[in-house]
Amino acid sequence: MAQMNMLHAINEALSIAMKADERMVIFGEDVGHFGGVFRATSGLQEQYGRERCFNTPLTEQGIAGFANGLASYGMTAVAEIQFADYIFPAFDQIVNESAKFRYRSGNQFDVGGLTFRTPYGGGIAGGHYHSQSPEAYFTQTPGLKVVVPRNPEQAKGLLLAAIRDPNPVIFFEPKRLYRASVGEVPAGDYQIELGKAQVVKQGRDITVLAWGAQMEIVEKACERAEKEGISCEIIDLRTLAPWDVDTVAKSVTKTGRLLINHEAPLTGGFAGEIAATIQQECFLSLESPISRVCGLDTPYPLIHEKEYMPDELKTFEAIKASVAF
Amino acid sequence: MSNAPLTNETVHRVSFLDKASLHIPILRILQADGTTYENAVLPVIDKPLADKIFDTCVFTRVLDERMLGAQRQGRISFYMTCTGEEASIIGSTAALDKDDVILAQYREHASLRYRGFSTEQFMNQMFSNEKDLGKGRQMPIHYGSRELNYQTISSPLATQIPQATGVAYGMKLQGKRNVAICYFGEGAASEGDFHAGLNMAAVLKAPVIFFCRNNGYAISTPTEEQFAGNGIASRGVGYGMHTIRVDGNDMLAVLAATQQARAYALEHNAPVLIEAMTYRLGAHSSSDDPSGYRSKDEEAKWQQHDPVKRFKLWMINKGWTNEAEEATLFERYREEVLAAVKVAEKLPIPKLDEIIEDVLDKPTPALKKQLKELKEHINKYPKAYPKSAGRL
Repeated sequence: MAQMNMLHAINEALSIAMKADERMVIFGEDVGHFGGVFRATSGLQEQYGRERCFNTPLTEQGIAGFANGLASYGMTAVAEIQFADYIFPAFDQIVNESAKFRYRSGNQFDVGGLTFRTPYGGGIAGGHYHSQSPEAYFTQTPGLKVVVPRNPEQAKGLLLAAIRDPNPVIFFEPKRLYRASVGEVPAGDYQIELGKAQVVKQGRDITVLAWGAQMEIVEKACERAEKEGISCEIIDLRTLAPWDVDTVAKSVTKTGRLLINHEAPLTGGFAGEIAATIQQECFLSLESPISRVCGLDTPYPLIHEKEYMPDELKTFEAIKASVAF
Repeated sequence: MSNAPLTNETVHRVSFLDKASLHIPILRILQADGTTYENAVLPVIDKPLADKIFDTCVFTRVLDERMLGAQRQGRISFYMTCTGEEASIIGSTAALDKDDVILAQYREHASLRYRGFSTEQFMNQMFSNEKDLGKGRQMPIHYGSRELNYQTISSPLATQIPQATGVAYGMKLQGKRNVAICYFGEGAASEGDFHAGLNMAAVLKAPVIFFCRNNGYAISTPTEEQFAGNGIASRGVGYGMHTIRVDGNDMLAVLAATQQARAYALEHNAPVLIEAMTYRLGAHSSSDDPSGYRSKDEEAKWQQHDPVKRFKLWMINKGWTNEAEEATLFERYREEVLAAVKVAEKLPIPKLDEIIEDVLDKPTPALKKQLKELKEHINKYPKAYPKSAGRL
């Protein structure tokens, strides 16, 4: 165990994976000698050589297309998209190619060795184009796995699992936590199973569900609620596709209430999918309508970032409203 | 390079470059009568190779003729011919090693045949039956074969271009003595993926052959409405890439260019661009009618440049084939294709269970639940789902 921030944990995971797998290659904009704009790939080119960790030209669609080709030839391709806001030029390669490679070929070809890493989310005064949370664009595409870690320990274990998973994975990294989140991280090689949510705190009155950077927000909101006598069960979904219906349904069956929090805009966000499934699974156990605390249906605003965010107080109010329904 | 502005030659009055600044000749080896130009440097070719190329030409002509007919009869939903482009497609594939990976656009089924795809395999794909390697999931002509190193076709254009760069980079890292070849049309070269793929291949030094079939049209859009530059070849030079323009209806020119491109790509770990000037004699697909956008005169003119005929005349001149042999070959393949159609169209479609396979490596619990519910529904209304009901 050692104290480290999330960037350090990610860097350690990449280095461990590269050491164990000679076929693993890391590439993207500025990831080479410079080590990436956030320094997540720091030192990897020095350690593993220019052929295995390198800069690409400035083309997200090219990075994704190249990654697909590389993975289709049996390589482990770990591609960095510098900001999730810039993933859209690669959308066609991810949605029409990565996601369908195995299915369309009848399992003759696949790009299972492919992982996209990309920093997402707000809270860093990044405005429209350094703040978005585009996970729901990808959760609607069969053939992809979507993973979001909440702290350094989780980031390392989930990233190692994502890289080794035999399916293409988009690994969204909460950039707000890159340096802010510091915690104990186990030494060496370990994996956290994809597709499994984690109950991080047991409770009786309401299930509060989030992922990534919003986990610390909901944890604080739940602390406030506890002081008012409301017992919250907190779940980190961790993998959004495919998501762990059983763990969430079991919790909601017990508590009778569900609140889902995400940074992305409310309409069409992944909370809608969770709400629809849980009302189907837990209809007779529900004591109140499923609550969503999300971003506004606006582009991500710079100066009103604080107002836009589904923060601790909004979550606290929604918890109380749900319990008082 | 960051110091280039400091070291570049300078001039002291305004002078622009234009597309004529780049002189790009067309490589041509075969003349219309099947003789070769006097000073022509021929590709490496012997009788067995020429026979295999010619055999593939005849098979492809027959397949295209019969399956377009089958589409017209409503037996398959869709078809695309490669008529007129056989020299570009087969001549280039014939220059490759069997372990070189082909990333095609969609009109390159002749390459797949050259590699050994059987008549039955073609039919199973087009009829989406239970023996289709693609499990009936894609429209006709979206072939793929792991065994033959021919990656499965996807309809989106140009996506295969940066992928080919990735495949080739993987070959380099694995120490393989192989190249990737990537086929695309001059229309697809307008997509962003073209720029991305070629630039990355040049910068990252990937042994890939980019083979552009400049066949005059992207569905109905002629080349003059597609680009204003000096064809596609001029762009290769801009990317810092070895580039050649060939007569795409000249089997020997295409073969020679691709043989040398392959040798160069392997020796230098670098990409090569080949622009093959050809003409799509047929429609874009079974869904369009070229009379809406081009003249019969134009088509008739290009009929005079039939690539298969030109190659056949060369073979006859060499004493390697004759008209009677060709006629026999056509007859044999017509019977073979017809017989294969009759078998393939009677085979059942893949079982419904396969609908949830290969989305991920294993079906998720949610997907298994969806399949279970679907089966229950089909059992309730079997007549509405005749192809699956009764085989659940």
